[in-house]
Amino acid sequence: MMHTAELLQVFAAHRGDAIVISGRGGKQWLQISDTALDLPLGDPAMGGHSGFGLGLALAQPDKRVVLFDSEGDILMSLGQLATIAEQAPANFYHFILDNEVYATTGGQPVPGAKTVDYAAMAKACGYPRAFSFSDLADFKRELPAILGAPGPVFVALKVLPEVENTPIGQRVRWRKRSSDKVVSDARAALGVG
Amino acid sequence: MSSEALSPETVMRQMKQNGVTDVVWLPDSETNWLFLLMKADPDLRLVGVTREGHACSITAGLYAGGRKPMMLIQNTGMLESGDSIRGWLMGLNVPVVLMVGYRGYTRHGVNTDTAATYTERFLMAFNIPFFLIENDSDSDRITKAFELADKTRQPVVVLVGDEYHGFNR
Repeated sequence: MMHTAELLQVFAAHRGDAIVISGRGGKQWLQISDTALDLPLGDPAMGGHSGFGLGLALAQPDKRVVLFDSEGDILMSLGQLATIAEQAPANFYHFILDNEVYATTGGQPVPGAKTVDYAAMAKACGYPRAFSFSDLADFKRELPAILGAPGPVFVALKVLPEVENTPIGQRVRWRKRSSDKVVSDARAALGVG
Repeated sequence: MSSEALSPETVMRQMKQNGVTDVVWLPDSETNWLFLLMKADPDLRLVGVTREGHACSITAGLYAGGRKPMMLIQNTGMLESGDSIRGWLMGLNVPVVLMVGYRGYTRHGVNTDTAATYTERFLMAFNIPFFLIENDSDSDRITKAFELADKTRQPVVVLVGDEYHGFNR
């Protein structure tokens, strides 16, 4: 199992000019980068990050779009894998942070926490390439090749859970921009807003 | 086809007139002829989904990247999509038109299908503006829906009361 912050640091070195939808790694990614092409959307509605990433990748085919999704989100919208594979955006890099639990609700295990093979599911849906990593050194070694080839690619990453159990109203808000501001900033930066 | 019908060609014309670039959709029993027209148009991208709620986040992503998407779903799927409409469309200020097949619509209000019973109540509860179209002469309401979406930066629904009129020929 890896620490989310550490693997995001590894990714940051290879980011280039990619658009980053930080998803469930949003809090940690914010410590690394917070430009208009970083999209910390929070949680507009669970299960939708992969769809948002697909839409953005289709709309901006000349830019790499990198998403840090989660296993809980994927489980909530498995059909999105089929849609993404069918559309097959070559600029889409779909990572999931798999901590095996619903961390923001206290750490209850997700269904199939120990049995589901997400990379195999992505592959079976039609992603041309899919990988799984649980060791940081392996991930670090393979990442340049993963990002260097066309997408869509799916990368499942086993991470340590960072469980939150404080009532939502008492949690420190880590986002600096509202979700709609994140979108309008991105549109302006892309020259479409 | 009755002259009172809503033709898919008319719907397609309205879509083109309003600059739609992508249609995110899940088929319903009324839209197959429209699907064939859309599929034949090389300038239109179709993104098929497996659950209507997925269409909302895809639409939001397309909008964020500068496209002009439209959603094409049935009222049953819209009911299922409540939280995604709230979070991915309303929450992100996405100006999008949802063409929604009005399953069970009878015009006179005596419904035998609860999908119709709850459709307008759902839209009112979410405070989403909507227009009803039943035939070709109503089609300018589609343009009004696009104008309202752009003006408010929020989703607007066009209910297609097609079961009554045989939109699917």
